[in-house]
Amino acid sequence: MSEMWPAGYVPVLLARISRPDSPAIDGYLADGGYASWKKVLAGIATGEWTPSKVTDLVKASGLRGRGGAGFPCGLKWTFVPPKEKRGNKPVYLLCNADESEPGTFKDRVLIEKDPHQILEGMMLASFALGVRHAYLYIRGEMVHGAEVLNAAVDEAYAKGLLGKNVQGSGLDLDLTIHRGGGAYICGEETALIESLEGKRGHPRIKPPFPAVSGVWASPTVVNNVETLCCVKHILDRGPDWFRTYGRNEKNTGPKLFCISGHVERPGVYEAPMGIPFLELLALAGGVKGGRKLKAVIPGGSSAPMLTAEEVQSMPLDFDGVAAAKSMLGSAAIIVMDETTDIPKAVANISKFYAHESCGQCTPCREGTPWLNKMLKRVVNGQGKRQDLDLLVQVASQMGNGMTICVFSDAAIAPVLSGIAKFRPEFEACLAKAASPDFALTAPSDVTEKVAGRMAEGIHS
Amino acid sequence: MSGGAGTPVSEQAGLPRVGEHGALSAGKAVAFSPKALARFEKLLTRYPTKQAALLPTLWIAQGEFGWISREAVDYVAGLLGLSPAFVWGVTTFYTMYNRAPVGKHLIQFCTSISCHLAGAEEVFAECRKILGDLKPGETSADGRFTVIEVECLAQCDKAPAVMVNDDDFAIITKDNLQKFLGGLR
Ligand SMILES: Cc1cc2nc3c(=O)[nH]c(=O)nc-3n(C[C@H](O)[C@H](O)[C@H](O)COP(=O)(O)O)c2cc1C
Ligand code: SF4
Ligand code: FES
Repeated sequence: MSEMWPAGYVPVLLARISRPDSPAIDGYLADGGYASWKKVLAGIATGEWTPSKVTDLVKASGLRGRGGAGFPCGLKWTFVPPKEKRGNKPVYLLCNADESEPGTFKDRVLIEKDPHQILEGMMLASFALGVRHAYLYIRGEMVHGAEVLNAAVDEAYAKGLLGKNVQGSGLDLDLTIHRGGGAYICGEETALIESLEGKRGHPRIKPPFPAVSGVWASPTVVNNVETLCCVKHILDRGPDWFRTYGRNEKNTGPKLFCISGHVERPGVYEAPMGIPFLELLALAGGVKGGRKLKAVIPGGSSAPMLTAEEVQSMPLDFDGVAAAKSMLGSAAIIVMDETTDIPKAVANISKFYAHESCGQCTPCREGTPWLNKMLKRVVNGQGKRQDLDLLVQVASQMGNGMTICVFSDAAIAPVLSGIAKFRPEFEACLAKAASPDFALTAPSDVTEKVAGRMAEGIHS
Repeated sequence: MSGGAGTPVSEQAGLPRVGEHGALSAGKAVAFSPKALARFEKLLTRYPTKQAALLPTLWIAQGEFGWISREAVDYVAGLLGLSPAFVWGVTTFYTMYNRAPVGKHLIQFCTSISCHLAGAEEVFAECRKILGDLKPGETSADGRFTVIEVECLAQCDKAPAVMVNDDDFAIITKDNLQKFLGGLR
């Protein structure tokens, strides 16, 4: 079993995953599943349950989005314009199950092992938002996950938990599983919207924000799989219970952490938000082979790298990791031991971004392959003396609002943090460079010329 | 293939003509089976626009034909009332729609960071060597294996992670590579 929690901790999100046949609806119902959904449906006629009551509970819980940005969930829901303003336009809920950030594999467990938990969260959120058709966008590679979800949706329709006049409540709700075609950028919410519309996954310029105009030009809320699971548990047990988890009022709830890389027992761990990094590392059996810790990427490959010293007293929640000048992101913790070749690791990450840029913005489209090429040159011992400064200079001009989406900022984070924190390792690569007059060689190809222009701040 | 040396490029089969998209030709017309058509019709009921059914329809097409040929693009475009060029443009944005026939086993090695830390690149190279010095994306002479490199498969706790067609495989190392390949029939 590669999913675990601290001793004495009673798991919430992973509570059911080790039950035999955990994806089936009968077991879910037997475990008290869909009680909140039925409770809400039954309370519509009496006026006991209203959409704003659900939203208020979610707001009171302090739930912050688990997809990466940590945006307060209830607050996001209130951005959907009221009926008077949106007219006849429907509202859409999109569950983001694109999970493609390197190091992240928490949503996969929820999808494959406890899909009804996600569906119930989507149903409750749909009620709160006035949604009549909700979609779950799952990455193309999760073929098995899509099958599990489709089976779960069929079961929910068969039990009368979805469809027309659900449980005699007068409410109609449809839910569709939509499978992507393989593209990391489709996890970005506006790219996801474009992709769902049947287009290339090109992020949109914001504003307008999806809450105002999203899929099919209608108000749209995009929430992560784990966020929506939390909604179900908040409706089950209340916001006060939810807030008992976590270090402070701004970082609440049970949380899934993905730990991979050089640890003894990589896997998905559930713990209260704010568990200290060292405790989580110990849960995962410590650094592999008892070796020394060298670096940690705390929130997926887009999060700046931290040194062993920087993570010693770091709590794993949104603000704790932000205080260490990185981000919790998708809570994908990638551990690197003392044997790790940091320049090679950074070059590897840069390959990912070069491959996944959607190509709309010049700094990102031209910059990501260039960074990868330069880093490859450095690790291959063919770097020139000025390469590190040039890398930093070029990377520094690819972020901070130069582009349509923050993919470009994500792409430079590992490069800038890697060079800043492990510069001697990069310099050692340069020292291996063969040519004695390598520093004098002029940039020789088009990519370098583009980079030269970018370094001067011209983004043509 | 029509045309040989001397045939104008515009008349050669497999090459796009002016105003056409660049998909490879399968050399024959294609159409969905009745079962696939039923699935397609059901799909259309799930979206407010026909266009939204494009990705799922391409999945049905790949399931039916194995890859997305020029004829498949034209057929899907016809079903959805979209231009073939648009369908081809969408197809090429996504990595999982095969734009050429692939082997019986499409072996997909993740080489992203967590798998990299577990030595995935070496296993990927070793695998290609064993199967006859295949280049990335090449298919073995017997048509059984195509080996490609992919990005993070969300199985980073099982690094190096591999997918073969639609199935997930965990912890494929140099040590168990032969056994893993032997298990693929
Ligand atoms: C490049 C990029 C990739 C992203 N990938 C994902 C993803 O795979 N899953 C996800 O839930 N959010 C992802 N996000 C964040 C989404 O844009 C969005 O903020 C999130 O789904 C909102 O859900 P939440 O508020 O519940 O966290 C990504 C963002 C960016 C910029
Ligand atoms: S920043 Fe990169 S990924 Fe984002 S829209 Fe621009 S080119 Fe596309
Ligand atoms: S890095 Fe290989 S599966 Fe995530």
